[in-house]
Amino acid sequence: MKPDLELYDYWPYEKRPKIEWPNGAKVAFWVAPNIEFYEINPPINPKRNPWPRPFPDVNLYSNRDYGNRVGHWRMMEVMDKYNVRGSISLSVALIEHHPEIIKECVDRNWEFFSHGIYNTRYSYEMNEAQERAIMEDSIETVQKATGQRIVGWLAPALTHTERTMDLLAEYQFLYTCDLFQDDQPQPVNVKSGRLISMPYSLEINDIIVYNSYLATPRRYGQMIKDQFDQLYEEGKESGTVMCIPLHAYAVGHPHRMAAFEEALDYITSKEGVWVTTAREIAEYYFENYYDTCAADIAARKGG
Amino acid sequence: MTLPKEYLEYPMRRYGMDQDIYEWSILFKRPKAKWPNGARVALWITTDLEFFPLDHPTKPFKAPGGMVTPYPDLRHFTTRDYGNRVGIQRIWKVLDKHKIKSSVAMNSKVAERYPYLVKKINERGDEIIAMGVDQGKLHYGGMDDAVEAAQVKESVETLRKLSGQPVAGWLSPAKSESWKTLKHVKANGIDYVCDWVADDMPFELNAPDGAGKLWAMPHSSEISDRKIIIDNKHSEDEFIEQIKDQFTGLYKESAKHGGRIMSIALTPYVTGLHYRIKYLDQALGWLMKQKHVWPATGAEILAAFKSQ
Repeated sequence: MKPDLELYDYWPYEKRPKIEWPNGAKVAFWVAPNIEFYEINPPINPKRNPWPRPFPDVNLYSNRDYGNRVGHWRMMEVMDKYNVRGSISLSVALIEHHPEIIKECVDRNWEFFSHGIYNTRYSYEMNEAQERAIMEDSIETVQKATGQRIVGWLAPALTHTERTMDLLAEYQFLYTCDLFQDDQPQPVNVKSGRLISMPYSLEINDIIVYNSYLATPRRYGQMIKDQFDQLYEEGKESGTVMCIPLHAYAVGHPHRMAAFEEALDYITSKEGVWVTTAREIAEYYFENYYDTCAADIAARKGG
Repeated sequence: MTLPKEYLEYPMRRYGMDQDIYEWSILFKRPKAKWPNGARVALWITTDLEFFPLDHPTKPFKAPGGMVTPYPDLRHFTTRDYGNRVGIQRIWKVLDKHKIKSSVAMNSKVAERYPYLVKKINERGDEIIAMGVDQGKLHYGGMDDAVEAAQVKESVETLRKLSGQPVAGWLSPAKSESWKTLKHVKANGIDYVCDWVADDMPFELNAPDGAGKLWAMPHSSEISDRKIIIDNKHSEDEFIEQIKDQFTGLYKESAKHGGRIMSIALTPYVTGLHYRIKYLDQALGWLMKQKHVWPATGAEILAAFKSQ
């Protein structure tokens, strides 16, 4: 183990090169539905047990499945209403299990990125060949089903190895959602190629808000609006990124939909917001800002 | 250390579910359900009557509400018992006021210890759902099959004998099942279980070993006083707000997609407290003022659903 994987350099949040999103937007806004499959009887990873109770943990297993049977469809309807395309954090095996969901997302021109094969299979203790295998499986399976070459990664259940970022760059991924050090994209230090960190969120992520902060739905709606206001203000100085990560098994309950809808209504009704996908943000950043930002980081290294 | 090669093998990666207990189905693609008298939302109130033994086992895990301090934990034992003595009466008064029939999920041990409660439930016309023997006797993967068979039988037979009710519903203590629970409850004539929260409407389950079919009823783990007030520590006002939002969402949806079920799971030692009961009164008062609400028991709702 190491004290720091040095995946990025320290870069103060002031006097950075000014980012302007398309049409002068201050905030690039994206929504990331995690469309996940949790197995009832997965093999055990020595570092993490997928279920708190002896298998079958029927209550939690069915709680997760609620997202696919029920919650997803409510979430999608609200996103349609506000013309928000999803960037899907996908348990890739869901392509086989629930092709109906995949088709609806393809029809809406939503983006797919990989969230591993199942959310009950963790990367901890994988050797290099195994980690390569899940990346190759992800690329091929999504490509075959949707025609999209995935360019983003959120490690399954946020389980990583020391080599994850290097492998992502080698497989020509553009962005990782696994790093939470900033509200702007930035270069990740990788052995070869280029990779950026894409601001995702473990703060206004519905799972964190509902299961860790134990917030009420109304408070969740307010948190989203407050975060947006702050990033919008700061975005005038240099463009920021705001992501709302969702899980249909959490946000998709009837008593939670109204607050989420109000928050989406609030954000999408503002001027100067680029409502987009993670892929489009990454491509725009590579085209316009990667080199400038990388040079600024190098110039400011050590102060 | 590295992972065995099985860790990257996926034998159940296939269309549908990764088990044969129930089939993959999208709620919004199913035929519309219809409720009696043009109702759009079936209101299913359930109350738990539980016995938490002082000497309960802590393996494989402790049921929510189980003892906390070293033995004898009189503090939690009596707090839970308060619900069975005082809290439940307050809840029943509120239900009477709003003319709501409900289901009562009951450990058979409670029926044996407090025959008064069984008599009262029968007088009210409420439904008894079997909830195992007591909150110390869990059902869980890896348990001895004969022990589980005996637990299920004891629970269902005792409740039937003491109440005279058919007892068609089952709720496992702590909503925990083994791989074989469905087989055992089916063998004892149970028609529906409340442990599977994958849906807002009933769906069919296959009991293992070809033991036949039964139903999953959408008993809420979300709109539950234990979840919202105890686990999430939300205020009583916030509990009501979520009940209203739940109803509003389901009601709206029912216009296009047919009848819905709204489940509210109550715990007498939580909602039946002196400072909390008036909020239940407010919530149910509001709900019963809405249009097209049908308060019913689980068995009644399922019967209406199955008749279509």
